[in-house]
Amino acid sequence: MDNRFLISDPWLRQPLPLFGELSDQDYAELGFMCGLEVHQQLLTRRKLFCRCPAGCYDKNSHQAEVLRHMRPTLSEMGEYDGTALMEFKTRKEIIYLLNNDTVCTYEMDDAPPFEIDDVALDRSLAVAMLLGCNIVSEVHITRKQYLDGSIPTGFQRTAIVGTDGDIPYGQRTIHIRQISIEEDSCREVSDQGHVRTYLTDRLGMPLIETVTDPDMKTPREAMEVGQIIRHLARSSGLVRTGSGAGRQDVNVSVTGGTRIEIKGVNNLRAVPRLVHNEALRQRTLVGIKGELERRGVTADSISDQGYDVTAFVRGTDCRFIQKAVAKGATVMAIPLPGFQGLLQVQTQPRTSFLKEFSDRIRVIACIDQLPNLALSTEDVPTLSSGEWDRVAKACGVAADVPVILVWGRKRDVQTAVSEVAIRAREACAGVPQETRQALDDGTNGFERILPGADRMYPDTDLPPIRLDDQRVDGIRVSLLPAPWERAARARDLGVGQDLALRLGRHRAWPLFEHLVQRLPEGLSALTPNGLASLLLDREAPRPASLVAAGPWWEQVVDRIVAGEIIPPGVWYGEDEPLPRLEDDEARLVCREVLKDLPQDLPGDPARREHVVTGIVMNRLKGRYPGAEVRAWVADSVRHQGQEDRS
Amino acid sequence: MSMNNEDFKGYRSPTLELLQREKAPVWSQVTLHTSRGDFSGLILPRSETADADHIVLKLETGYNIGVRHDTVSSIDVQGRKVANYQIPEKEFPFDPVKPRVKLFGTGGTIASRLDYRTGAVIPAFSPGELYGSVPELADICNMETEKLYGVFSENMGPEQWMGTARAIAAEIEKGVAGIVVGHGTDTMHHTAAALSFMLQDSPVPIVMVGSQRSSDRPSSDAAINLINSTRTAATSDIAEVMVCMFGPTSDKYGLLHRGTRVRKMHSSYRSTFRTLSDIPLGKIDETGVTPFRSDYKRRRQDNQIKLNAVFDDRVSLVYYYPNMKPDIIDSLVDNGYKGIVIAGTGLGHVNKPLYPALDRAREAGVHIYMTVQTMWGYVQMYVYETGREIMGLGVVPAANMLPEVAYVKLGWALGQTHDRDEVKRIMLSPVNGETTEREPHNGYLLFQGGIPEVDEFISSHWK
Repeated sequence: MDNRFLISDPWLRQPLPLFGELSDQDYAELGFMCGLEVHQQLLTRRKLFCRCPAGCYDKNSHQAEVLRHMRPTLSEMGEYDGTALMEFKTRKEIIYLLNNDTVCTYEMDDAPPFEIDDVALDRSLAVAMLLGCNIVSEVHITRKQYLDGSIPTGFQRTAIVGTDGDIPYGQRTIHIRQISIEEDSCREVSDQGHVRTYLTDRLGMPLIETVTDPDMKTPREAMEVGQIIRHLARSSGLVRTGSGAGRQDVNVSVTGGTRIEIKGVNNLRAVPRLVHNEALRQRTLVGIKGELERRGVTADSISDQGYDVTAFVRGTDCRFIQKAVAKGATVMAIPLPGFQGLLQVQTQPRTSFLKEFSDRIRVIACIDQLPNLALSTEDVPTLSSGEWDRVAKACGVAADVPVILVWGRKRDVQTAVSEVAIRAREACAGVPQETRQALDDGTNGFERILPGADRMYPDTDLPPIRLDDQRVDGIRVSLLPAPWERAARARDLGVGQDLALRLGRHRAWPLFEHLVQRLPEGLSALTPNGLASLLLDREAPRPASLVAAGPWWEQVVDRIVAGEIIPPGVWYGEDEPLPRLEDDEARLVCREVLKDLPQDLPGDPARREHVVTGIVMNRLKGRYPGAEVRAWVADSVRHQGQEDRS
Repeated sequence: MSMNNEDFKGYRSPTLELLQREKAPVWSQVTLHTSRGDFSGLILPRSETADADHIVLKLETGYNIGVRHDTVSSIDVQGRKVANYQIPEKEFPFDPVKPRVKLFGTGGTIASRLDYRTGAVIPAFSPGELYGSVPELADICNMETEKLYGVFSENMGPEQWMGTARAIAAEIEKGVAGIVVGHGTDTMHHTAAALSFMLQDSPVPIVMVGSQRSSDRPSSDAAINLINSTRTAATSDIAEVMVCMFGPTSDKYGLLHRGTRVRKMHSSYRSTFRTLSDIPLGKIDETGVTPFRSDYKRRRQDNQIKLNAVFDDRVSLVYYYPNMKPDIIDSLVDNGYKGIVIAGTGLGHVNKPLYPALDRAREAGVHIYMTVQTMWGYVQMYVYETGREIMGLGVVPAANMLPEVAYVKLGWALGQTHDRDEVKRIMLSPVNGETTEREPHNGYLLFQGGIPEVDEFISSHWK
């Protein structure tokens, strides 16, 4: 190959560093920055803007379907949004599946909104206060355009309730840019060709979205801060928990790159690997930009001329092209002079720069049968070299110039050709502004062009909602302390560090706070630490809600303090804890067990002691302290050991 | 700098004084220091219907919030950014082989933009603006537009009906392939009826259209309705006054309803317009018009149209309810009304206490016609004694004319004559299907949800 096309950036020549191989210092050198948008469903009975029940999902049942299209509209500031125009290019038919039990005419966009659910609004304000945000004095419902069809209106109703909060993270604080209340979108069922199908049950569920500044400096920090934000709302009992109730978008950038939003990450544990891989992708694209610059390739020098080469490939042995042509597909070629050696560069594990082109063709031109392109300079078998030569000649380029081949319906192929040119031009500027989709293997793929502020429009269907001081103060008074404040309070009461942290973010906190007041001062059969571990017992089958189980718990705590029952006995009875046994009774049970031990006990005395204690405790059903039992058993086992030896 | 009220669009005391004092007119980029913390953004105009207490701020993220004036301690003004709200205007291309279609605007939102003073949307309308937002129109026709009125449909009345009829007649006489009338949906069927009577024997289609979701929404039905109605006007063989709106709520096809038999039947559904006691004229989609029947008036090549734009607005429509008192009728007579359409119960009934009032009305020369509030079906006043008694009082049964249509027709008839027999002749001679001789069985189809076979049908068809 021409010397001009040797790659000079060492980053592009080395294998990509794997997740876990980079130090904090390495991320700092990359200029890694990460911010989060944490979405959580508010715990309400009804949806946000209609009276449909909240939290009812049934993906297998629908009685009707509606078909719609989306058109871009002007923003309030008089601009068309780039994403909107992109979605319009896809010419998608959107199908909504409707279930009478979960949606009404509001969700299907055949009725205007009802007034906002007050419970949801109050709860969002409470979370905003927990995050230390400034609370707005008037809530303005805004329409945020989504032309992918995920919301039948074409926009999400959303509103800011607070701005500029802070949460503690180690020795630092993380700045919360804003918190909004919004309606959730549809669940996508399928997206094939020009048809995308959605389930509507989740649509309209009240959500809060907490947006941080890009204050996170490593992938691990992104996960940890996400956990803090999620725990904060969960511990307050204001949001739903369980699968699907929370998800986050992650924003990542590196030096020379741009803010990339990775959407819909359900599991926080997936975040570090995802953002690591995105950092690599951006660094690689920055490297490619440098190479193109060095080679004199500019956006202006890239042509969007495609060449119809259907006739040249008609007789090809390449199976997928052959099949497509037989079905009447048009095949077009787009040469990319100056891109020699770049399209195969790895951007993420198992992913090359070429995939950026393939993704655009799949999403925007709707050519989604993979492979949806072929590259002349690729090592995988496609056309024969003779066929590639003819294609190159048709394009009027030398054989070493990379040529991308696309095939499909003529109109789609034309869109594909222009998308390839658009993506190639964007490569000259580095990292294009995109929303990307998290993939299961920790990499990410193109979802859509990053929307901007231009997609916001005031909602003319609903008036602004005034938040009087009385309402705001009322919520503030009833606010539970933040998890970190609770943990500190628990520690002050003598609860151990780990237990205090767990208790701080647990829903049982109000119960703890209530019950701890019943404990006598000074030495007692139940300490605050004991109470905490009792409430957080993972085996606990009872509802940890103050309302549901308050009186029952009060009685339990009083009886423990009075010595009538001991904590292990709490979970053994069907409804009532079993009372503590007298020493004699307990000893009797113990002796019976010891008399009739199973044959297959372990030989090792320590393990033998452990197993036997377990058997006795099971028989005692928590009616006697374990420590005493362990001593008796130890004594007996040791005794037995002596007998064996004698 | 000197400032006038325009610089503080929509703001009133006490917020107005605050903004004036702090020299922060609308479109200022500011930081507001408040008792609830600092907020930064762009000051937007305030809707006139919202309260006077809040400043509207657009945050950098595009969200708007409101900040109450008495929480603000000071305002830092950092700059200014004026919104340039314009639908991109592109010259509507001219193609000599394409038919000429004239679009009249009366209001409603085919293309629209935000009105900051009211917070509502206001229509945008020039051919350039339309082409900028619905470029598909250029594939169908050469379009010209004329704004007749800019009113919500509830403000359309006899004056506007007559004005629209005259404008359409003038345009047709000049020679045009078809007429489209953009109209708010609420009273579109009243106007459709009025135009049906005032414009008779049109050589070309006259198509009324609107939207149920305003065109500032990505899911709006406006563009598809406009495309459908324009295609109908340009190509349809049906030369009648029609309403062209969504068939199903899905983006599948539009229905063409005869202007005298159509009614808005749902306050918000896209598929709100229905033909009552009959079937629609046909449907329209991207492949063109498919007639459902053959008894329509056909397109002609001449430019002749009968214009009869008259209306006596001393007409009322009375929706009867049990326990209605005679003073309702008396007050109409005392106030000089000349015509009353009653929407009666069942086959066309009112209660006995009204009889003396009806008698008195007839004596005073008032023309009274009976329609049914059931919407579907005929008035039949012979079946029960009540009906015969009421007819004896001079009340004329109006067959299966829809109440709103009867109201419009009576005003139009009284605009021509007050002779009792002549009015009756006009009222009972159908101009274009406002009364029909027979009601087909599928002219009344209100499917009842919940019935297994109905639900099964719905699940296999586009809603």
